[in-house]
Amino acid sequence: MASLQEVPLPGTALAEELDQRLLVVLRDGRKLLGTLRSFDQFANLVIEGAVERIIVGEQFGDIPMGLQIIRAENVVLLGRVDEAIDAPEGLTRIPAAQIKEAQKGEKELNKLKSTIRARMDFLDLD
Amino acid sequence: MLFFSLFKTLVGKEVTVELKNDLCISGALHSVDQYLNIKLTNTRVHNEQKYPHMMSVRNCFIRGSVVRYVHLPPGAVDVEVLHDATRREARGG
Repeated sequence: MASLQEVPLPGTALAEELDQRLLVVLRDGRKLLGTLRSFDQFANLVIEGAVERIIVGEQFGDIPMGLQIIRAENVVLLGRVDEAIDAPEGLTRIPAAQIKEAQKGEKELNKLKSTIRARMDFLDLD
Repeated sequence: MLFFSLFKTLVGKEVTVELKNDLCISGALHSVDQYLNIKLTNTRVHNEQKYPHMMSVRNCFIRGSVVRYVHLPPGAVDVEVLHDATRREARGG
């Protein structure tokens, strides 16, 4: 029986994180914050009170997402968030609508940059 | 199960995990499971300015499937022992 106690049961790795406020980083780079309510052996997750945190430059904003089930293959990592330093240092919080605008702006800019880069390909940049 | 066993011997050691998205996280290895999911404590992210959301994270769980490399401390693995264990495992013992 001793060996059973030494080796944790398969898929119990996240039991300590249950009911904790966590940061979940997804494969596409999105960041969700919320409370872990359930998980399984693949790390499929149920996150309650989820918000998507968008960071653009020096600003960040949270978009409410409610209750989410995250399919395990999309999970990169889970981190326990220290509530005391919940707001990232040096960043200022702005409302959801504004951060969406800022994100849109950043996307446009990146698109523009990549098209310029593509056109200037013959210059052998970097 | 060889690498699972290997990682279990490394619990408590300082490791750096490099993910497939190029994020590098250093920390003390807290635990590992059969999928080679890794839990780190006292984590520090390399190039923290690029990942501001990681600043408030001190403990994390990393899904095994997203790991590219685990950098181990020098001298943490006895290669001779690992070699023998590999042969034993290959023979089905």
